[in-house]
Amino acid sequence: MSKTLFEKIWDSHIVVNEDGRSLLYVDRHLIHEVTSPQAFEGLRLNARKVRRPDLTFATMDHNVPTSDRTLPILDQTSSVQIKALERNCKEFGITLFDIHSPNQGIVHVIGPELGITLPGTTIVCGDSHTSTHGAFGSLAFGIGTSDVEHVLATQCIMMEKPKTFEIKIQGKRKNPHAVTAKDIILSIIRKIGTAGGTGTVIEYRGDTISELTMEQRMTICNMSIEAGARAGLIAPDEKTYQYLKGRKYTPNNYDELVNDWRDNLKTDSGAKFDKSFTLSAENIAPQVSWGTNPAMTDDVTGSVPFPDEYGKGNPEEVKGATKALQYMDLKPGTPIIDIVIDRVFIGSCTNARLEDLIEASKVVKGKKVASKVRAMVVPGSQLVKKNAEEMGLDKIFKDAGFEWRESGCSMCLGMNPDILAAGERCASTSNRNFEGRQGSGGRTHLVSPVMAAAAAINGHFVDVRELDLN
Amino acid sequence: MEPFKKIKSIVTPLDKVNVDTDQIVPKQFLKLIQRTGFGQYLFYDWRYEQGGIPKTDFILNDPEYKNSKILLARDNFGCGSSREHAVWALDDFGFKAIISTSFADIFYNNCFKNGILPIRVSDEILQKLFSTKSEIEVDLEDQTIMVNNTPVSFDIEPHWKKILLEGLDDIAMTLQHASQITKYERSHKI
Ligand code: SF4
Repeated sequence: MSKTLFEKIWDSHIVVNEDGRSLLYVDRHLIHEVTSPQAFEGLRLNARKVRRPDLTFATMDHNVPTSDRTLPILDQTSSVQIKALERNCKEFGITLFDIHSPNQGIVHVIGPELGITLPGTTIVCGDSHTSTHGAFGSLAFGIGTSDVEHVLATQCIMMEKPKTFEIKIQGKRKNPHAVTAKDIILSIIRKIGTAGGTGTVIEYRGDTISELTMEQRMTICNMSIEAGARAGLIAPDEKTYQYLKGRKYTPNNYDELVNDWRDNLKTDSGAKFDKSFTLSAENIAPQVSWGTNPAMTDDVTGSVPFPDEYGKGNPEEVKGATKALQYMDLKPGTPIIDIVIDRVFIGSCTNARLEDLIEASKVVKGKKVASKVRAMVVPGSQLVKKNAEEMGLDKIFKDAGFEWRESGCSMCLGMNPDILAAGERCASTSNRNFEGRQGSGGRTHLVSPVMAAAAAINGHFVDVRELDLN
Repeated sequence: MEPFKKIKSIVTPLDKVNVDTDQIVPKQFLKLIQRTGFGQYLFYDWRYEQGGIPKTDFILNDPEYKNSKILLARDNFGCGSSREHAVWALDDFGFKAIISTSFADIFYNNCFKNGILPIRVSDEILQKLFSTKSEIEVDLEDQTIMVNNTPVSFDIEPHWKKILLEGLDDIAMTLQHASQITKYERSHKI
């Protein structure tokens, strides 16, 4: 029988089926400091062990400071959480990339970078953006803390089988340096909505996807959760195998595995999806979010919508858009390029990999950040930071007036000191523009790294298709 | 986990679509390492002005709903971050059931793991619930909501129903399959 890629991975990980649900084996379990302490506490209370510490990897990313790491952490509560992770990893024998490790970074950046993420495997993490790892053809689910505890104790997860959702993206982008993977995924979310993928695993397909680099594919899969999906997948190909070759945790029998993956890890022709959506990449423009969820997004050439128009007769949507504009302090009809910003954040598991920083640096090189803007670059991992520094990117950013920080989640969610003040407006390469996400009362506009960089230089949004990015 | 009992209560209507878990518990409260005590942070930025003064126009601050055990929500409730702290806060605040037209997947799952019942109903029923002021009764055993003496039935996955009604520990349930897990591990090489 013809099967989709998702069905193949799902079926090959079933330990038992029960009550219409499956107990799935988990190949890799990633852990961070915020969603794990209660899970370890649960293990201790029930005198349970971690079943496979060798398949479990931990890092600290959400609340670590991105300033000088030789200094002590000032925030006591952050420090307690970080120490708890250290203690738990030690007690249960789990590999930890701590704040001083050269491999520390955002959990979804370091997984692939270290070769922990592998095609055809199942990965879970107590974090919704675990979908990122799907870029490697890995079935990767974000889970809650109770499930983290369940996986620690059993190395399995009990789940109802999600439905399948094919998203096909075809055609050539007119200017691939200006219209990025971020713009593709924001366009998709804008069209299918923040609940468009609920209950499904998305497989992204089509020639536009095949042409993307691995880092760009990660940006796409990363935001699957913003469309409500359980996971996002892209079938692995030679780029995938090349990317993972020789990484720290890539298995010894890698070549053998690749041969097997080449034969198996694709959706069979004739396999059926429960749902399909097609998008042409040819006319995608750089995207800018204007509201308080990622579907509230428009082309950079557009304007802030009128709630009635946006809601298309749905009273709940109209109400939602009205409230969003109030929160964002935006007037309907304002051209997007007239929106003036105070802050710029280039970072997060969506857009803080080396290629993102390279692309953004092209916009910044030889220029200065606008006088009223405070801009920062937070590399996704220590390795990204090191590689970028070897290329001299840090110098380009610093010369322009950007802050160049240590790696972590930083202002993507503002659990550390990097936050927006109330009323501040930020061009951000992260993934969520929810109310208060980057700081209470802060206003977030989601954009690509080149769009964020251009906004930093100009003090407002600009259409990066007009810049020379080659 | 405590077994789930029948609930009789008025409903707290939260009239907003796409409520994300960043709103349910803002990030500044995610640094705690225990599971309890999150109720005070529930909808914090909506509930309080800067400086901690309650906002009188927010529904949770309305004394009328003080003892409500049922939250009425709109489409795509609990979207965004996987933080289970959102469910811990709802539970700690006193909500034992949440009724909406749809929930985000991870949130939905997290509810059951903490003994909270998320109920999906049609648009029409939700509308009706939004306009009722009287107490309703949620009976999981019978899978019904009693609204003004009219029963409305709802669907729920049998697995979750059993876990809630019996207050089961799902890790213990999975560990009953330990030998199958071991067998799987032996044949599976990655
Ligand atoms: S960078 Fe942001 S979205 Fe990604 S894991 Fe960290 S907090 Fe979550």
